[in-house]
Amino acid sequence: MTKKQKKVLARIIISALLLVVIGIITSEKLSIPYLSDNRIVGLILYIIPYLVIGYDILKKAFKGIKNKQVFDENFLMAVATIGAMVLGEYREGVAVMLFYQIGELFQSYAVGKSRRNISELMDIRPDYANVLGENGTEQVDPDEVEIGTVIEVSPGEKIPIDGIVVDGTASVNTSALTGESIPKTVTAGDEVISGCINMTGVLRIKTTKEFGESTVSKILDLVENASSKKSRSENFISRFAHYYTPAVCYGALALALLPPIVRMIMGLTPDFGDWIYRALTFLVISCPCALVISIPLTFFAGIGGASKAGVLVKGSNYLEALAGVKHIVFDKTGTLTKGNFEVTGIHHSEMERDEILDLVAHAESFSNHPIGKSVQEAYGKELDKSRVTDVEEISGKGITAKVDGKKVAVGNSKMMELNFVPYKDCHSVGTILHIAIDDEYAGHIVISDVLKDNSKDAIKRLKKLGVDHTVMLTGDSKKVAEHVAGELGISEVNSELLPGDKVSKVEELLELTNDREKLAFVGDGINDAPVLSRADVGIAMGALGSDAAIEAADIVLMDDDPLKIVKAIGISKKCMRIVYENIYFAIGVKIICLILGALGIANMWLAIFADVGVMVIAVLNAIRALMVKRIAV
Amino acid sequence: MKKTYKIDVDCANCANKMEEAAKKTAGVKDATVNFMMLKMIVEFEEGADPKAVMQDVLDNCKKVEDDCEIFL
Repeated sequence: MTKKQKKVLARIIISALLLVVIGIITSEKLSIPYLSDNRIVGLILYIIPYLVIGYDILKKAFKGIKNKQVFDENFLMAVATIGAMVLGEYREGVAVMLFYQIGELFQSYAVGKSRRNISELMDIRPDYANVLGENGTEQVDPDEVEIGTVIEVSPGEKIPIDGIVVDGTASVNTSALTGESIPKTVTAGDEVISGCINMTGVLRIKTTKEFGESTVSKILDLVENASSKKSRSENFISRFAHYYTPAVCYGALALALLPPIVRMIMGLTPDFGDWIYRALTFLVISCPCALVISIPLTFFAGIGGASKAGVLVKGSNYLEALAGVKHIVFDKTGTLTKGNFEVTGIHHSEMERDEILDLVAHAESFSNHPIGKSVQEAYGKELDKSRVTDVEEISGKGITAKVDGKKVAVGNSKMMELNFVPYKDCHSVGTILHIAIDDEYAGHIVISDVLKDNSKDAIKRLKKLGVDHTVMLTGDSKKVAEHVAGELGISEVNSELLPGDKVSKVEELLELTNDREKLAFVGDGINDAPVLSRADVGIAMGALGSDAAIEAADIVLMDDDPLKIVKAIGISKKCMRIVYENIYFAIGVKIICLILGALGIANMWLAIFADVGVMVIAVLNAIRALMVKRIAV
Repeated sequence: MKKTYKIDVDCANCANKMEEAAKKTAGVKDATVNFMMLKMIVEFEEGADPKAVMQDVLDNCKKVEDDCEIFL
């Protein structure tokens, strides 16, 4: 607790004790002369705890009137309690003030606590960097480390700045960034990202960025500023509060004056005291704090919980939009598929797999083409370029080369036609690499992009979450695209698109959406920036270390697991459910209490519950948004 | 130009009031108060002097919510 909170707590305890003591000594059972039968003495006694607990509220109310800010809760509380005192309801007057302060204290404690909780979740800020100098290491502020400095990270320490490992091997824990609990092994030459925790060996890292530009700073900055972008629910509540409080105040005024006047006209007793009491209960209920605090708190907790799970949300508005997503557009390569080509089959070859790969890999040994690279990778051994002569690359067709004196021709069907070699077509989907050795057909290699392990599962679960319309956009050929979409269960495919076509396609799809049905685009963030910004919600995945993706997207998935999309939507739905629960609950209880108050059924005690109790419950409910672990995935 | 200031305020509704007061101050193009992070992000009009404007913002905020602070 802060000093301020402790002081309020002390005042609450003192005035509560006084209230009890005064209640006992003035009770009719004891019938002490002057105490139990004299109203003036009672008023003087009750004013002591009233001032102890409420002096600051009265002061603020007075200042508010001076500054022409009439309808704030201090004013309402002051009027309600003074009114109660004037009506002779001393105990209620003090109690209302007391409970109001308890509520305020609880609120400020709960908000402070969740503020700390969430900051702890995001406790990835490194405090120092060990700069390697001539006489060992020196601890410095990460801000002061220049690019190209070598820093040392011991086991248990956080990597403070992005860089490249120059020495040492260690497994690092990226869970603070990605939510992924399996550690990653890094060794010399690997890039490492700040915010990861070194778990095993000593690493020496040459920094490639300044601290301010490092991943950890960017993420912290993003999350801390996320709740500044307000959602529609938050704006609704601000607007609601803006009208609600004055409306209830005028309602209270009308309740205090109109019925008694009408009764007077009708010749009945006006009962001013009774109606004013009812009006005062109105004022107690009128504070909108439960709503105003619980909605942003829910979003804040939701964003905090999401970032713990490796999902960075750039604003409450995006979390809100994500919950309403009905259409998801995926980029294929790198998003649903791994984005690197692999040899997935060798057909019609009479040679051994290793033997044919040996020849093809060598023929392609001078090639930088992704296809050539994938064959080299499948071969997996060191290439001996001295075995290769007479390399000739025929653009758009393939390569011919002499390997160990054998003429090897590798390429597409046109390449075979060029060499007058009869070839066999392939039924498999992917890039087909025909091979001719000494002008004899030697079969073909199938190279294709591989689906990510979780892609299929992710699409299935998205459907369960109510995202019926899934679209895949790709620049790849129709055959490949349809094959991938079929395997994953994606409902719509658009293939052979140029980068510009993706934007226009997404714009076309956006026509289908409305306020309730949002469209999300998921890409790997590297070349999808225009589409990411055009969609209602742009989701970039695999963004760990990619600045472009972090800039362009609204929601950033730190690793490239498609299931994280499901998790993100799950979190957003839970968060929005809590938001609506709080809105309906708080407004509902207040309206019911207002009606009961007007009818004279609700007394001031119920009004206190409607104010403080609702707020406590709403705040506790809001904090639930922080718990994201149990959301299925 | 955008600047971020640390603030101190007790209740969420008061934070909303500060935001409105800041928005209405001359020289401020837009302002957002982030109650959860206790920050105020102010976007200034072109040519405005942030120091002078922020003093006005603080005065205006004090008017609507006495118990608030902006750490300039």
